[in-house]
Amino acid sequence: MNDIKAIKVRQALVSVAKYTLLIFAAFVALVPIVSCVITAFKTNEEYASTTVMTPPESWLYFDNFITAWQKADMGHAFLNSFTILICVLAGSVLISSMLAYVLNRFQFPGNGLIRNLFMIATLIPGIATQVTVYQIMTALHLVNSMPGYIILMMGTDVITIYIFLQFFENLPVSLDESAILDGCSYFGVYFRILLPLLKPAIVTSAILKGVSTYNEYYMANLYLQDKTKYQVVSTSLYVFTGPMGSQYNYICAGVIITIIPALIVFLLCQDQIYSGMAAGAVKG
Amino acid sequence: MSTQTLSEKKPRKSFKQWCHSMRGQQIIVTLVFLLVPLALLFTFTYLPFFKMVQFSFFKMKYIGKREFVGLKNYIDVFTRDDCFQALKLSLYYMVGSVVQMALALLFATILSFKVKGGKFFRAAYYFPCLICGISVGFIFKFFFTHGFVLDSLLGFLGIPLESCPYWLKDESINNIVLVACSVWKYVGQNIVMFIGAIASVDSTLYEAAEIDGANAWHKFKDIILPSIRTIVVLNLIISVSGALSAFEMPYVVTGGGFGTSTYFVVMDKLAHTDQKVGLASAMAVVLLGLILIVTAIQKFVQKKLEDAENKPVKLTVTTEQNTAAKAMSASPAGKD
Repeated sequence: MNDIKAIKVRQALVSVAKYTLLIFAAFVALVPIVSCVITAFKTNEEYASTTVMTPPESWLYFDNFITAWQKADMGHAFLNSFTILICVLAGSVLISSMLAYVLNRFQFPGNGLIRNLFMIATLIPGIATQVTVYQIMTALHLVNSMPGYIILMMGTDVITIYIFLQFFENLPVSLDESAILDGCSYFGVYFRILLPLLKPAIVTSAILKGVSTYNEYYMANLYLQDKTKYQVVSTSLYVFTGPMGSQYNYICAGVIITIIPALIVFLLCQDQIYSGMAAGAVKG
Repeated sequence: MSTQTLSEKKPRKSFKQWCHSMRGQQIIVTLVFLLVPLALLFTFTYLPFFKMVQFSFFKMKYIGKREFVGLKNYIDVFTRDDCFQALKLSLYYMVGSVVQMALALLFATILSFKVKGGKFFRAAYYFPCLICGISVGFIFKFFFTHGFVLDSLLGFLGIPLESCPYWLKDESINNIVLVACSVWKYVGQNIVMFIGAIASVDSTLYEAAEIDGANAWHKFKDIILPSIRTIVVLNLIISVSGALSAFEMPYVVTGGGFGTSTYFVVMDKLAHTDQKVGLASAMAVVLLGLILIVTAIQKFVQKKLEDAENKPVKLTVTTEQNTAAKAMSASPAGKD
């Protein structure tokens, strides 16, 4: 009897400890964001007079968001970001899947070499080479141009190529063969048979690539220098906050605006994101 | 992998016919499909790399005259205070990544078993990964500014504001604070990855262990850890090169001020503000050399681990996990 009781007590203690730990960690993970949300709803007077963690008087006070949206010209920024996102995603999905198709389906001299070239490329950290990429972009007249930035972001996305390569390994070659017997060309095989079948891989890679493109700040700042014409969401947030000093109620509103799209994508696509991560296909 | 060589053996064909033959088609498709990715790879990865090596021997700006200086830039990298100091800073980030792996393992293990609200916790830990770096920067500037979020939370616990340090300005702690921010942002990624790896462990092993009276710690130590060892070690080594190239947090939170300039922040400043392109290139080459060394170690350790796994009674290494490990080893180094 005593033994059973002791085990029960122990189990209860373990689970109390477990949930305390989980809740504390969730608190740590969310508090920085929550404090930002709270502050974003405060008027100037409230912001000056209350402590940071005091809830705002009204959760329907949207003036800060409106100010942030207008002053940062977020409408324009979202339009630019969205245009870039669509072009980069379409381009990188097409380029990477074509490359993966050729590498996976055809044996030709140089196949292994090309695979290795892409593998080695992953070792070179992107930011390290920006010193010279910047020079090349200048020489190509691609600095301060939307197409230039899009091409650069499409660039060599080894992760996407990797996801597609793995996916092609699992698509039987008999699919291609029977389509060719039916009179399909290789172009047809790729565009009409295989590309539609790639849908799950496309979704996974598009989400991952999409989030990183949307969040990109360093490159956008470096290559889209005209901040009134080519601003994207991240750079316009930065420009907007400059003259704000420590008026964090406005800054937080701006921050929340930039987070919302990521939150929506996350809530809609949680499962794809997790499975993409679990497949180890995501860079650390 | 597959080969499709449906070569036709007609002796002479016009170019048009050749284009329509399967062999001709194959070659055309291959060339067309390879053209763009290879052009991009060359222009934005290999060409910059070779130019970088070349620039590192010159004293130069983006425009204007170049002067060959031999190895002077490399000597500068190791003797200039800002560069060398920055390399030392990456030690903080290395310790941070060890902590990050340990936390990720702990929470991934807890969340792999039945937990109420498990989905919520996983989402809460993962979501920070998806926030734009610059926004994270502002969130933490706000969080750590004297008298703001953290200090008022500590105030609730009865710690007066006067005894709170200046989290981002005090040079004895601000790097630790920045590393913590980095862990905050990226630990969710490892948690989700480890949950995936743990999910591939054969669940009958737990049942067997329970019958033998194993507790949670035994289950972790004897079943989970051995089966996901490879992926943990690989992640750890990858995060070492991530630590060398740590960039985001100091760049956005402190702007590299108050002694928080990591190697990349220094390099970025030298290249784009001071226009010391040669020196910045030399820094990049040195960094690349370090990363190559770490990668070589990683490959070696990976091979050892895989050999070790294949020898004794194979516990639980499923194909899924193997591919995960391989994919990870192939994915680029760096946390940013």
